[in-house]
Amino acid sequence: MAFYRPAAWQKPLSLALLCALLALPTGLEALGQEFYIGFATRVLIFALAATSLNLVLGFGGMVSLGHAAFFGTGAYVAAICQQAGIAEALLAFPLAMAAAGLLALAVGAISLRTRGVYFIMITLAFAQMAYYLFVSARAWGGDDGLSLSRRMTLAGFSLASDTALFFAALAALAATMLLFGRLADARFGRALQAIRENETRMEALGYPVFRYRLVAFALGGALAGLAGALLANQTGLASPGLLQWTQSGTLLVMVIIGGVGYLYGGIVGAVVLLMLEETLVGFTEHWHIVLGLLLLGVVLFAPKGVAALFGKRHG
Amino acid sequence: MAEALLEVRRLARRFAAVDALKDVNLAVESGEVHALIGPNGAGKTTFIHHVSGALRPDSGSVHFAGRDVTRLAMHQRVAAGMARSWQITNVFRGLSALDNVALAVQGRADSGSSFRFWRPVKGETAMFDAAQGYLEQVGLQRKADAVAGNLSHGEQRALELAMALATKPQLLLLDEPMAGTGPEESARMVELIEHLARHVTILLVEHDMDAVFRLADRISVLVNGELVCTGTPEEVKNDAGVRRAYLGDHL
Repeated sequence: MAFYRPAAWQKPLSLALLCALLALPTGLEALGQEFYIGFATRVLIFALAATSLNLVLGFGGMVSLGHAAFFGTGAYVAAICQQAGIAEALLAFPLAMAAAGLLALAVGAISLRTRGVYFIMITLAFAQMAYYLFVSARAWGGDDGLSLSRRMTLAGFSLASDTALFFAALAALAATMLLFGRLADARFGRALQAIRENETRMEALGYPVFRYRLVAFALGGALAGLAGALLANQTGLASPGLLQWTQSGTLLVMVIIGGVGYLYGGIVGAVVLLMLEETLVGFTEHWHIVLGLLLLGVVLFAPKGVAALFGKRHG
Repeated sequence: MAEALLEVRRLARRFAAVDALKDVNLAVESGEVHALIGPNGAGKTTFIHHVSGALRPDSGSVHFAGRDVTRLAMHQRVAAGMARSWQITNVFRGLSALDNVALAVQGRADSGSSFRFWRPVKGETAMFDAAQGYLEQVGLQRKADAVAGNLSHGEQRALELAMALATKPQLLLLDEPMAGTGPEESARMVELIEHLARHVTILLVEHDMDAVFRLADRISVLVNGELVCTGTPEEVKNDAGVRRAYLGDHL
């Protein structure tokens, strides 16, 4: 292994991309394609969720099949906040992150004592427990989920328009990417990547391996919670389906298609998967078959993911 | 006599039906090079695993620097001043030699917390200067930027030593540092260990008898999980029990 190091052109490219995204709503309005602002927001939100999983999976080496639990928890906390009269995102979003992060901390504290396939199974089990908890919670709508009567405000500005929510999601993703990029190069990121490679070696260098993994796991959970809170605002609903294991699987597929352990892997995966869904769903409802073939192709021909075709992981 | 730096008391471990270690008592005095020898399968590496904290004993205790560390995890023992090398080279093959040692420096308590999420490591010159210093100690100063996986076997063994040293240990546990090295590399390794022994206490497991008798102040002999003898190289050489059990065909 080597430490993650972005290619030289990655920084200018991401800045250019950010500028393009800032202009996107205006551009789409000019073209009369406002519908796609909502779609782009959805992509950003899932890019954030997939990126949070990539931190856990790609940099921490923890194959979690329960990441949707934190995603869904974030959505529910947003809906519960709104129901309780907290309609300010600056308050509700941090609460969603805290709740999802604390849940991840608890799940991780137990799960991270296991390895390999046991870890996969135990994270799956915890996520399914959370799923059934929300299904049976009558106060929160049970099966039907909990709806938000309207979108929140962010620092007083209403997120009611699709454009406003788009910018909120963009800000969340950009901030996350900035943190993620800095983290990969900072002490914590280096230790985390080295632990992924050889945990015994790190333990023998005096690193409390468990603690590093747990912090990364909780951080990933908190960021997933933020994505969930954004999604609840967009769809106006927090439903148990968000916590289901198929949702964890979708996030996992995004990361694998995008590139495990690549900074932009989660974003690339979310873009590819959601665009594919959007395009193919118009032709056939069996679009999952094409997705399956794509996944097969990636695993066979580009096992490091799409981002790996462009970026370098070491320099 | 001063209190031993490492004291292992009645250490016992069973694997299924095999007594890997039977009530082993062993003390390593501060400042000495203590060699642990014995035929293959005698339990030497198992013993090192128990000292370093990779394995837990069924009974008995390990005391280090006046403290019972039997229940401490490996990383806690490292923090207490115990470092080890492996029989099979264990370095981060994709990282440069310098990055390998820098990780070891970073892990040390006196280099500050590693729960730092923002500041790039690149700017931490003190850390890399320290790492470069350890590379110099083992003669790898010119290989700092080389990818560890591309170093020769002997160089990788030296790199592993540099990583162990970078944890600032009081006690170095060396598990067959000469394993797999050629005669020239071996000679260099002996010199290196001799040099290190001036600053740090060493518990050495080794098969190369020339190296052992040159380096060791005291030798302990482990046969079938039992410690049969501890003494100066002279005493061990002349011990009838040891000759019978182990050294017979070597000397």
